[in-house]
Amino acid sequence: MNFKTPRPRRLRSAHSSLNAHGEAWVWLTGGSLALAIAMITGLLLFIMIRGASTFWPAAMELVELKDGRAVLGEITGREDFIDRSNGTAMHVARKLVRTANFDITGNHYEWFDEGAIASTSRPEWGTAVERMEGGRFHGFPLRILDKERVVAEGASQTWQAFQEMHPAARKRFREALWIDRHDRGALQRRLRAARLAVVQADLNAGRESRAYLSAVVAEKAVIASVAEQSMALDAKTASLRDQNAGWGVEFVTASGEKTILPLALIVRAWQPNRLSTAGKCGVYFSRWWEFLADDPREANSAGGVFPAIWGTVAMTLIMALLVAPFGVLAALYLREYAVRGPMTTAIRIAINNLAGVPSIVYGAFGLGFFCYVLGASIDDLFFKASLVADNQPTFGTGGLLWASLTLALLTLPVVIVATEEALSAVPNSMREGSYACGAGKWQTIRRIVLPRALPGIMTGLILAMARGAGEVAPLMLVGVKKLAVELPIDGTFPFVHPEREFMHLAYLIYDVGFQSPNSQAARPMVFTITFLLVAIIALLNVSAIWFRSRLQRRYIAQHF
Amino acid sequence: MPSQSTLSREMLVNAKAAHDQAAAQPSADRLLAVAAGHEVPSEVHEQVLAENPVLEIDRFNLWYGSKQALHGITMPIPNNKVTALVGPSGCGKSTLLRSVNRLNDLVQSVRITGDMRLNGDSIYDPRMDVIDLRKRMGMVFQKPNPFPMSIYENVVYSLRIDGENNRGVLDEVCELSLRGAALWDEAKDRLHDSALGLSGGQQQRLCIARAIAAEPEVLLLDEPCSALDPIATGKVEELIQELRGRYSVLIVTHNMQQASRTSDYTAFMYLGRLIEYGPTTEIFTKPILRETEAYVTGRFG
Repeated sequence: MNFKTPRPRRLRSAHSSLNAHGEAWVWLTGGSLALAIAMITGLLLFIMIRGASTFWPAAMELVELKDGRAVLGEITGREDFIDRSNGTAMHVARKLVRTANFDITGNHYEWFDEGAIASTSRPEWGTAVERMEGGRFHGFPLRILDKERVVAEGASQTWQAFQEMHPAARKRFREALWIDRHDRGALQRRLRAARLAVVQADLNAGRESRAYLSAVVAEKAVIASVAEQSMALDAKTASLRDQNAGWGVEFVTASGEKTILPLALIVRAWQPNRLSTAGKCGVYFSRWWEFLADDPREANSAGGVFPAIWGTVAMTLIMALLVAPFGVLAALYLREYAVRGPMTTAIRIAINNLAGVPSIVYGAFGLGFFCYVLGASIDDLFFKASLVADNQPTFGTGGLLWASLTLALLTLPVVIVATEEALSAVPNSMREGSYACGAGKWQTIRRIVLPRALPGIMTGLILAMARGAGEVAPLMLVGVKKLAVELPIDGTFPFVHPEREFMHLAYLIYDVGFQSPNSQAARPMVFTITFLLVAIIALLNVSAIWFRSRLQRRYIAQHF
Repeated sequence: MPSQSTLSREMLVNAKAAHDQAAAQPSADRLLAVAAGHEVPSEVHEQVLAENPVLEIDRFNLWYGSKQALHGITMPIPNNKVTALVGPSGCGKSTLLRSVNRLNDLVQSVRITGDMRLNGDSIYDPRMDVIDLRKRMGMVFQKPNPFPMSIYENVVYSLRIDGENNRGVLDEVCELSLRGAALWDEAKDRLHDSALGLSGGQQQRLCIARAIAAEPEVLLLDEPCSALDPIATGKVEELIQELRGRYSVLIVTHNMQQASRTSDYTAFMYLGRLIEYGPTTEIFTKPILRETEAYVTGRFG
């Protein structure tokens, strides 16, 4: 035979091949990651800084203009723009000043050309006042009045007296408010329950029945007792309000107008130019505390967001509780029981497509099915009296339960897909080992497959929770409201009210940011609420991840 | 046992007929004949047939889809003896083993004819409850597959799934099984630690303990040492020696030394057919067929 020696293969220098070294790919992949990280941290940092600085008591600047006007406020922004007003284009800088005193000037904020400003200074007694209504007030304290009588005169004495008297007045104010909201609310609910009992008895047995007559008698008794208790409450609130009435703090604004602010309606006041850093921190944290723990005021643009925090967390947790069993069971059937074939493939594709359906469609479905079909039938069966007497649906309208169910539906594909992945990652040798021990299918799933897949299932649940907590569009249709101060869990029987409408942070962002009449004043709140929402989702995720890593340590250890 | 005698007689008759047929063929090499798709007889030593069988495999055929993986396997597995299945990769040893406890049922495309009998009970009888059947056998796999739970729970797994919750019974079975698998001394202080923290060899012995915890009638070992280092392999082999006489063991192995060291009987399989089956000493020293000798001495395969 005639073998030819093969020609030696020409070796290409490794230096000539970028592919072989792959450095380009290191840069490309690393660069992509860096870009992603930069975007995420940039966004988070931006939200964090803007959100966290909202409550910091900024300096009070007295801005005196060349035309003789003067305003007192916080300088919140500065921008360059091109002024074409007098024919030629000129670069002009201008400042945005939070002037407050909406009730006097009609503005919360005002722009001033830098050229028009004569001087700025930081007057010692410049005071920022947060009021129950009417937004911020900026001015200088003059005197404290009890009706006509002057109690304290001059800035420093007034301020001292204010700080002594204000907490007690606020306490009385809050007490009266609490009585109005909660005690009176409870009385109203008793009245309504008695009235509905009468209607129910009428519906059940007719007007001649004994049940109806006794319900009427009971209602009369309730009306009498409520009237009596109501009088007692009236007396209490009247005395509290009398004590506060007449007390006022007189301020003068930078432009010289004098205003008397009722003492009890001042939420808090501070003089940032006199405060030390520690004092500023005090104001800062007290404003944070109000934000976290109080009900909103002034169309949600001030006050707190406690009901929204509560609503967000409750809805997310209920959603997780609903979606976990559904999703896991569905995935179990699909992966462990179903015979693989075109049918399972079709179902899988359908589930993946479900994840791409716009969320508002889920909202529409939730409204149409959960509220109007399911809820209406529940009302028909159990809450007919309310429907007949007040034309007021109980479950037949949006509420916490329906919102959670809608979001559970929305996040179902995420959980199913993640669970399937987790199940397919369980080595088959474990299943075989279990079968070889004489275990049945369900025993194998319950004792071997599920524990081993649990961390993966948790991952799916974490993703679902993050997705669900940040969703707004469907919630607008199924129960989230601009203002819903009554929480779905409270002290009134039966304590849990899943039918109640609720507030949600993500919706609040939309509402405050885009629906508020006073959008400039509300803007810092938008950042703060966003910051809070991101923090809450992060907290939920971190706790779920902590839980998952515990499971992982328990069930999946390293081999060898 | 009546079934024993019928099977033996039948087999002898079959074997003789096939033998005569093969002798008449010009090609003497049976492995080439098998590869060419011809029928060849199995050489079964008479000593095997004299044993009391725990498991009888009777003209067993198996197909994966349209591909036949086992061709008319007929062999009795002696009671309380160690029987080794050897042969080159893809010869159907593992398939045969997994057919014994019907793990192949899990594969959708599998089809079988013929039968197996465990102590006289038909394994492939439609009325046979496959879960009950598997409880009568123990199986150990190539790669150690401890469950994601504690050592203790791993060992008593088969009792747990039967609903046994009596602490005393479980403790006793756990200790006995771990002692039986020569793991007690290493594991007794960490019974409630995760089984996944054991070394590979320990994990495999744990799997053996799990397999013997339910007092199986047959112990099926599917290349139990192929994923282990020589020291762990030595320990597992020692363990098989100790199990000899107490359990009927059917072991699949690629390792000729292992087969010769640990087993009483050895079966040589090739391309889904049983070629020769006899006492280990005879298979390794004076087999009937040249082909068997070539394989066990390493000249082929």
